Amino acid sequence: MTDYNFAYLDEQTKRMIRRAILKGLAIPGYQVPFASREMPMPYGWGTGGVQVSAAVLTPDDTFKVIDQGADDTTNAVSIRSFFERTAGVKTTTATSEASVIQTRHRIPEEPLTEDQILVYQVPIPEPLRFLEPRESETRKMHSLEEYGLMHVKLYEDISRHGHIATSYAYPVKVEGRYVMDPSPIPKFDNPKLGDMAAIQLFGAGREQRIYALPPYTQVVSLDFEDHPFEASKADHPCGLCNATDSYLDEVIMDDQGGRMFVCSDTDYCEARRAAGHKGKDAA
Amino acid sequence: MTPLLSVQGITKRYGAHIGCADVSFDLYPGEVMGIVGESGSGKSTLLNCMAGHLAPDAGQVVFDTRADGPKDTVTMSEPERRMLGRTDWAFVHQHARDGLRMGVSAGGNVGERLMAVGERHYGDIRGKATDWLERVEIDADRVDDRPTTFSGGMQQRVQIARNLVTGPRLVFMDEPTGGLDVSVQARLLDLLRGLVRDMGLSASIVTHDLAVVRLLADRLMVMKSGRVVEAGLTDQVLDDPQHAYSQLLVSSVLQV
Repeated sequence: MTDYNFAYLDEQTKRMIRRAILKGLAIPGYQVPFASREMPMPYGWGTGGVQVSAAVLTPDDTFKVIDQGADDTTNAVSIRSFFERTAGVKTTTATSEASVIQTRHRIPEEPLTEDQILVYQVPIPEPLRFLEPRESETRKMHSLEEYGLMHVKLYEDISRHGHIATSYAYPVKVEGRYVMDPSPIPKFDNPKLGDMAAIQLFGAGREQRIYALPPYTQVVSLDFEDHPFEASKADHPCGLCNATDSYLDEVIMDDQGGRMFVCSDTDYCEARRAAGHKGKDAA
Repeated sequence: MTPLLSVQGITKRYGAHIGCADVSFDLYPGEVMGIVGESGSGKSTLLNCMAGHLAPDAGQVVFDTRADGPKDTVTMSEPERRMLGRTDWAFVHQHARDGLRMGVSAGGNVGERLMAVGERHYGDIRGKATDWLERVEIDADRVDDRPTTFSGGMQQRVQIARNLVTGPRLVFMDEPTGGLDVSVQARLLDLLRGLVRDMGLSASIVTHDLAVVRLLADRLMVMKSGRVVEAGLTDQVLDDPQHAYSQLLVSSVLQV
């Protein structure tokens, strides 16, 4: 602990990030610019999320990191050990025990509480980016609330595929004002964004933006009247814990077409198996 | 009758260089105004000032809005001006790719303005887009094709459909037939003339092609070095030009 300042970043940097977080919480869905620091990991590995986590962690916190729902993938393991080493905080894989959860591409299945903070890693914070390449123009569109273009993307989906084919990073409207990219979570998780008890913070390191959802914020997924939003998932039960209500990963088992569907949230799956639930593929 | 658009003393300078200077005119509902002149005479600058794309250094552009009556669009707030740009105004660019989203299907391009003013029913949007594509003589089965697969003339027609779908009252056109071959030009002009008459549109058309204004415009302004040198009824100006430059312009038209 003497080698590093608590949670790696210096106090002035954390102060700057906290100010951005507070502003983000005050204007839900608004992208607050911040002076993103160089972190000891490449862009795309969660530098934004790590900086936000570093700014909100206290020595009493318990920290959990998930990557695509899993606690044991490279990204999750390396960020967890980074904070073990630089902050000395307790870490856990149990969702209910954690006070700060950093996540990439998922929201935990277990409902979060008011005592928790969920930190998202965001690659591209601008939902309009691929429709309007000019940053000056997209900022103007946000400030003037001109969001017709977002529906053009959904229109294109329907005209090409017959239904809204966007399945992740599905755009949402926050409190009837800002359109926000919820980071690349599956649209299955979109309904959990709204009215959540926990604070949700979004950090984009490379793009130098922070945005936030305070607890119990209204979040609506965009759609058409005749093509309403649908939170979709693979139509199977989990092969290990038999859960029918959780988001599933498809795992290829062999080159004979064998596959199994398992919960992407490993903690949720393990807890269910410990409670005696058993799927058809469980050994 | 109140003019739909009243331009008063519009001046735009680029540093020491004059873009356009002290241009004034009134445009009445249903009227088409042609603006002609050589390259660099300030006609596009004038059009962009009128359409709110450029901020003029002096002058007023008073538009007769549906809600509040005549209002100066230069001093009105930006959201209001952009709202006008999506509803009551239309802007047809010379190059269709400036006015279209090339990565979005023709239907999406036409539907964008509808979605921008709050339409949220896919079936309705698509129906209107298809209807408009047919009105500009594009087959309904091409509604899902991207503009990149269209010819130049078709792209220009998609751009026109995209602009007219919200039923604007005033259309700004910047060389709408530039870069098209003569037979395609003729068809486009025919189409434009029909639409302008049917919908009772007012338009101001910038062009260097005198045949275009002869066909479309009721009145004509001739610009030279940023100033209006002659204005009047189209036939009057073209048949009996008074100013030396207008005479030069009319006599430079190639005869076949």
